[in-house]
Amino acid sequence: MTKKVSVVEKILSANDQLAVENRSRLDEAGVFAINIMASPGAGKTSLIEQTLPRLSEKFRVAVVDGDIATSIDADRASEAGALAAIQINTGGNCHLDAVMLKQALDQLDLKDFDLLLVENVGNLVCPSNFPLGTHKSILVASVPEGDDKPYKYPGMYRGVDALIINKIDLMPYIPFKMDYFRRGVEILNAGLITFPISCTTQEGVDEWINWIIENVEDK
Amino acid sequence: MHELPVAESILSIVLKHAEEAQATQITDLNIVIGQLASVIDDSVQFYWDILSKDTIAEGAQLHFQRVPTQMLCLDCNHAYKPADGEMACPLCDGVLIKILKGEEFYLDSIEIKTEDEE
Repeated sequence: MTKKVSVVEKILSANDQLAVENRSRLDEAGVFAINIMASPGAGKTSLIEQTLPRLSEKFRVAVVDGDIATSIDADRASEAGALAAIQINTGGNCHLDAVMLKQALDQLDLKDFDLLLVENVGNLVCPSNFPLGTHKSILVASVPEGDDKPYKYPGMYRGVDALIINKIDLMPYIPFKMDYFRRGVEILNAGLITFPISCTTQEGVDEWINWIIENVEDK
Repeated sequence: MHELPVAESILSIVLKHAEEAQATQITDLNIVIGQLASVIDDSVQFYWDILSKDTIAEGAQLHFQRVPTQMLCLDCNHAYKPADGEMACPLCDGVLIKILKGEEFYLDSIEIKTEDEE
């Protein structure tokens, strides 16, 4: 005979709890943090490269880079003007979690920074299930990925605070139906603030930068 | 690949609740996963079997209850399961939608044996 015991507990509650602790730590130090998520190749690192030089006169910026094995992205962030770039090698894990961000925060003297950009591991499924404790989460989509991504990976679009549509300079060459894409986004995340940009031509980048500045200054 | 950390989380939750219930053995776990939160597949059982070895949860069977996505159109009040590649309301084409089901990801219950039952 067995007995049934009701549990009803979120499976990733330990991660969520640690995310809350990360947030308090960032708040105490006065650091505004953004979690940047996307599929591999959408342009997370290119976006960070465009962002850093435009913010480095205004804010002291640190970058935390999640990567399965290499330090290529952290190196690019350093070259683009990050005062500190911490590489987290996830050892095969497909996402950053709150423990990994905590370990990265341990390596930074947080009071020396105003803004922390966290580049998550390239993946459209898992990162959204692991909040890190950042103030905002954003998703970088890109035109060559196709217009069906909100329909195929709804979880990623649900919880984010802003959406970047990168590589819009490629629109003339790719059958990407913007209306269909945006309709899916609207259903999953009504009123989501969206920045169509191109890291290559720099179109739209200023609007994204202004959004960051407003958020950091309002903090 | 995050079946391993998921299995670790499940184990720590299970052992805590089993201890509170004074269980001597855990035989079954009932896990609820919404279609939109489909972060794990059945291979989690493989990691579970390794992690739970030498605990009172060793040999326990994981059962996954998959919850299909259900949406509610806030314009016409129609509840529906979205089709592949289209999420708008099939009746009125509305896009103002509330997601009723599909985002679940929790451990619902466990089946245990206790001392006085043996």
